Amino acid sequence: MSKKHIEFTAEPAFCSARPIVFDSDICVGCNRCAEVCQVDILVPSVKKGEPPVVMFPGECYYCGSCVMECPNEGAIKLRHPLMNQAKFVPVK
Amino acid sequence: MSQYQWPYRNEINEEEEVTSDVLVLGGGIAGCYAAIAAARKGQSVTLVEKGATVRSGAAGSGFDHWESACTNPCSEVTPKEIAEAYVDEQDYYSNGIAHYIECREGYDRLLDMESFGGKIRDTEGEFQGAEFRDEKTGLMFAYDYKNKFTIRVWGSGFKPALYRELKRLGVKIYDRTEATSLLTCTENGRKRGVGATGMNVRTGKILIFRAKSTILTMSRPARVWLFDPDLVGLCEFRPPQSIGSGHAMGWRAGIEFTMMEKSVKGEFSAAGRSFPPYSAGNNHNTWYAATMVDARGVEIPYVDRDGKELSTVSQRYYPAEGQKFFLKGGVIDNPKYEYRGPETLEFGELMKRGYKLPFYADLSRMPEAERKVIWGMMVGEEGKTKIPVLQNYNQRGFDPTKHMLQSYGTGWQSASFLPQERQLFGAPGGIMHDWDLKTNIDGIYAAGDQLFASDCCGFAAATGYYAGRKASEYAKTVDLTDISQSREEIEREKERLYAPLYVENGMDWRELNMAVAKAMQNYCGGIKCKDLLEEGIDLLKSYERDIVPQIGCRNPHELMRAHEVFDILEVSQMILHACLLRESSSEPLCFERSDFPEIDPQEDKHFITIKKENGKIIKGIVPHGYFGELEAEYEKRNGDYIAELVKLQAEGRYDGKIPNIKSSSDYKIKTVKNFRADNGENGGGYE
Repeated sequence: MSKKHIEFTAEPAFCSARPIVFDSDICVGCNRCAEVCQVDILVPSVKKGEPPVVMFPGECYYCGSCVMECPNEGAIKLRHPLMNQAKFVPVK
Repeated sequence: MSQYQWPYRNEINEEEEVTSDVLVLGGGIAGCYAAIAAARKGQSVTLVEKGATVRSGAAGSGFDHWESACTNPCSEVTPKEIAEAYVDEQDYYSNGIAHYIECREGYDRLLDMESFGGKIRDTEGEFQGAEFRDEKTGLMFAYDYKNKFTIRVWGSGFKPALYRELKRLGVKIYDRTEATSLLTCTENGRKRGVGATGMNVRTGKILIFRAKSTILTMSRPARVWLFDPDLVGLCEFRPPQSIGSGHAMGWRAGIEFTMMEKSVKGEFSAAGRSFPPYSAGNNHNTWYAATMVDARGVEIPYVDRDGKELSTVSQRYYPAEGQKFFLKGGVIDNPKYEYRGPETLEFGELMKRGYKLPFYADLSRMPEAERKVIWGMMVGEEGKTKIPVLQNYNQRGFDPTKHMLQSYGTGWQSASFLPQERQLFGAPGGIMHDWDLKTNIDGIYAAGDQLFASDCCGFAAATGYYAGRKASEYAKTVDLTDISQSREEIEREKERLYAPLYVENGMDWRELNMAVAKAMQNYCGGIKCKDLLEEGIDLLKSYERDIVPQIGCRNPHELMRAHEVFDILEVSQMILHACLLRESSSEPLCFERSDFPEIDPQEDKHFITIKKENGKIIKGIVPHGYFGELEAEYEKRNGDYIAELVKLQAEGRYDGKIPNIKSSSDYKIKTVKNFRADNGENGGGYE
């Protein structure tokens, strides 16, 4: 095994959808969402008090656990890709 | 795009050794219940979970109904009746042992859940007076209102409740830690599980878990045929975390599997053909029995098993004349006449009668309680629907009294998949086990989705708890093994785990997953034959040899994903080998061989098992019904458990129905210990 020191790096991956959008006016940067996400797609921001970075958006499972955990309503918006928004019409 | 500094510590090459009596790998419903059972038995317990136990697993964010709770006080059916019905319905390609445990103990696990703070009954009287609500207990039922064995539950609070209980019991929880390999030793010529290795998926730290017994609860393989590199998290029904690493490490260790040749045409993949489960107009599971209408607003009739049209909404929840009960839910797709419940008229017939597409679910036509329990409670509690469907659609202006929700395609799945787009769904293959839920390796047990022919949450909870009990009993009989004899194995594993970090400008894990999925669609699609399957094995072997060393990662998260794909590659090969072993076609296994077109010949009506030993594939044959007479075999082995319930009942602290118990005073414990049996006799134990 090479003992070469490894420096970890990351950058937000491209994804055609934006599953999670933070409202930075409401979010207090507590990172509780990042702690409960089983897929671990959120990474705490390096700046204290700022929303986490959606580092791996394509891996989002759209389960809503982050929203359920959030102490400040409205800080996280979770939305399925446009193609998954089913249509509804007035009853006949 | 800007580069970020990794916010977690770098712990590459750091090691931690963790010792406990019982080790549980996987922190979903099954794993949590297994850990709780073991802790209650006085064992020290470690739980290893790749995500965050508080919300991990297929039921992490919730689930809305609990099947086969046959011993609840309102139930009109017995565990024996329902478990045997499942076995018969699946033509014996069914897990009789696990189903019986689910039917017999599932309600007890719900009571546990309530004691942990989960909501299992309508305590506020929100649905008072509704047909599906029992006024005395507040329990609410789904599907069959006459027999009352499926319970509607508020599952979005269940995982946090389990998590609190694990902490209260002092279970050592290792979150963000993926289990990567099983450690075994050989004693007196027999293999025995002595622990596992793991890796922290944020820091890269290596964990070595030593234990007397190990329980595998790591779900089932996924992303084998269906993959989308853009929307990875939407490829499958279950979470992207659950991809079958438990199967892969079991396979490497020599664990025996069965029914791995079974796969079904895709049912759910919201990255592509389908909508997210229960987010479009439909009338199944969460939405049973929603009123459906066609494009003109004409109501689509429900019919009973005899084709008799039902005139009221209420009739959709009752068995047909002369039918004792009907089956619905998880693995029940197109049930036999005997178990078939009310259903909307089939699509072909609707077209003949002039019904027009698209169809819609129209809850406005249902009684208020039925409407509110679907759009509100059920859609609010099912995993993945509370926020992205209920809350999101409400914000978009959806009102179930004023709007109807569109259906897509021709059926409830809201999708049309191709025959080669397959999934391990509808009671697929998994680990072969005996009446203790023990694998063929001593000290290694399994539960939940890792078992063959598994289905729902009640199944996971009941088998998890049961495996926890049995693994604890075993742990009391053995000593911890000296880990030094595993040192070489651990070093090899470390090298394998870290290798992608040292590849510069490497290939992304998604490219390999895409290639495996395409290979599986090409060589293991709807119709299979020897030449194609062998071609597939050849290609996947070449990926293992030539491509795996080219995959590169920049951080532990990517490393976790890369190893998931390596595990998918491993499991895909197991599936191809399992398909080669069955030399006939089979309807219940959804298995079609062009070179062996005969369907379910008598001589092939059995389980085929598969395991790997010293690089060789070993086939085994196990007769259908190897588990024996379910109730009798269960009672032989669980006298202590039954005695506990009898005692609680006598004290007025247990309201479940205990089969075969007339009065608590005449109950004597009769427990079979250390039973010996070959597969096929006396309940099929691993000696």
